[in-house]
Amino acid sequence: MVLGETKREMLIQLMDLHARYSAALDNDRLEDWPTFFTDDATYRITSRADAAEDLPLGIIYCNSKEMMIDRITSTRQANIFEGQGYRHIIPAPLILTASETEIMAETSFCVIRIMHAGDSMLFASGVYRDNIVSSEGDLKFSSKTVVLDSHKIDTLLAIPL
Amino acid sequence: MVPYEVFTSTVQYAVETERVFKGPVWSYLGLSRDVSEPSDYLVSAIGEIPIIVVRNLDGVLRAMVNRCAHRGALLCLERSGSARKFSCVYHAWSYDLDGNLTNVAFEKGIKGDGGMAPNFRKEDHGLRRIRIAEFSGLLFGSFSEGAPDIEDYLGPEVCGRIKRVLHKPLRVLGRNTQILPNNWKLYMENVKDSYHASILHLFFTTFRLNRLTQSGEIIVDESGGHHVSYSRIDQDHSNAQYEKDDVRSHNDKVALTDPAILRTFDEFGDGISLQILTVFPGFVLQQVQNSLAIRQVLPRGTDKTDLVWTYIGFEDDDEEMQEHRLVQNNMVGPAGYISMEDGAVGGFIQRGITGTSEDASVVLMGGEGAESQTSRVTEASVRGFWKKYRSLMGT
Repeated sequence: MVLGETKREMLIQLMDLHARYSAALDNDRLEDWPTFFTDDATYRITSRADAAEDLPLGIIYCNSKEMMIDRITSTRQANIFEGQGYRHIIPAPLILTASETEIMAETSFCVIRIMHAGDSMLFASGVYRDNIVSSEGDLKFSSKTVVLDSHKIDTLLAIPL
Repeated sequence: MVPYEVFTSTVQYAVETERVFKGPVWSYLGLSRDVSEPSDYLVSAIGEIPIIVVRNLDGVLRAMVNRCAHRGALLCLERSGSARKFSCVYHAWSYDLDGNLTNVAFEKGIKGDGGMAPNFRKEDHGLRRIRIAEFSGLLFGSFSEGAPDIEDYLGPEVCGRIKRVLHKPLRVLGRNTQILPNNWKLYMENVKDSYHASILHLFFTTFRLNRLTQSGEIIVDESGGHHVSYSRIDQDHSNAQYEKDDVRSHNDKVALTDPAILRTFDEFGDGISLQILTVFPGFVLQQVQNSLAIRQVLPRGTDKTDLVWTYIGFEDDDEEMQEHRLVQNNMVGPAGYISMEDGAVGGFIQRGITGTSEDASVVLMGGEGAESQTSRVTEASVRGFWKKYRSLMGT
C-alpha cells in the first residue's frame, strides 16, 4: 500500500486518466477508447440491481481489447442512431488499494446526453469500478466495470460510458 | 392500412386497457423460478395495471392487482421479495397471500369509540384477484374468464416453439429496462416485422449474419396475435467459412477483429440459429444464436413503453457456454448491435405521425393476408397483430 506523497501522485495520475478517457468519448474520438485499456482488459456495463445479485450480464461486455475495437467498428460502420454526444462529469476517484503498479479505485460519474436537435438529459449516473495498472508512469485500465445506478436506459446506448 | 391515430389517441389508449389488456388475453408476468418458494412474490404489470404474483403458504400461485382495497395505494413497493402478508403502509390494512383482507387497523375503533361502519365486512374487501397460468416456466395473468386455457390460447405451434427454447431449468444472467419513446404497438409491429431486419440492422449484413440464402419461415397463429419467425444456420457458410473469409463484409472493408461473437453452438440440435416468438399482447421470446432473452412490453402512456429485458441461460451451462452467451448478448438489449435501432425507430415513427389524423401506414409486403409463409420479406405477422387487436377492440 502506498501512502503520502506517492498516493497523492497516483490520485493526480488517475484523475488525469479519467480526464483523458472522458475527453476521448465526449469529443467523438471513439477510436481512442480501446487505447485506455491493457490488451487483456475487460469492460462491462451493469446496473446496481444486477450487481447486487451478482448477475454477470453486460449491457456492453468486452472480454478483450479486440471486442472494444469491434464495438467501435460497429458503432461507426453498422449501427444507425441519431446524432448524439456525451458529457462526462467525473469527480475525484476513491482509491481503495494501491501498490507501485496496481490501483483499485471507485469513481462516480454522470453522463449528460446531448442530441443533435439540442435536447439534453441526464442519461446515466453510476460508479466506475476500476483496476488500473501502472507501467512506467503510464496508467491503463485492466478492468472497468460501469455500475449504473438505474437499470433503465433511455432509448439506446450507442456510445460506451 | 393502419390509421396513425391508433398510436397517438388517448381515447384509443383508454379503450385498449379495457378491451385488450383486461380482455380475453394472457399477459406475461414473470418467471416461475422467481417465485419458487411459498411466500415469494414479484411485482409486474398488465398494461399499466400493477400486479402482484405470489406463491401462497400452500405453494399455490396467486396473482392480484397491487392495490389496497381501502384507498387504492400500492401494496408492494419492492420489485420482489418474500412476505407472509401484504400490509398497506397508508392505514395498515393487511391481506393474506390469497388476497383476503385479514386486518383493518382500528376496525372496532378505540375503546369502543369510532371504528368502521357496522355493515362493513372484511370478506367483501379483498384484493382484486386475476387468473394466473404457468407454461414452460413462464407466468401469465388474465383479467378475463373469457380467456381460454393457456395452452389453447398459445396454440400447439407456439407452445412447441416456446418449449423448444425453455426446455430445462433457467439461469437469469441479468435484467434491464429499455425506455422506448413510442407507443407499445409500434414495438410489437417492429418485433413481428422480419422485412426490416436485414435493412435497418446493418450489423447483420455488414458482418454477414442474416443472409438471404438462409432458409426460414414465418408462422402466424390462427388468431393472428402470436407469431414465430425463424431461420436456419446456413450450412454452406458455416463457422469454418467465416473464419476462412476473415469475417469480411461484401465490400471487404469492415472486419471483426474478434469473431467469437459470430460463433453459434447448435444448442437445440435443429440448426435454427434465430427464433423470434411473440405472444399477444406483449411477450417476446428471443433466440439470436445463443443469446436468449425474454422481453416484456409494458405501455407507459400513448408515446412511451418500457421494454423489460430478462437475459437467460440454463442452470447446466458450463463456464464456456455462459461466457459465450455473455459475449453474444452484445447483440441484444439497449446497446445491442442488432437491437439498438429498434429502440429508436419507434420514436422516429411516433415523432413522424405527431398531429396526423388523416394518414395511415401501408402494411402490404407479402400480400394482404396474415397466413404463415416461408418468405421472411413479409409483413404477414404485423397484419396478424392487427387482426387480433381489431377482434378485441371491436373495430
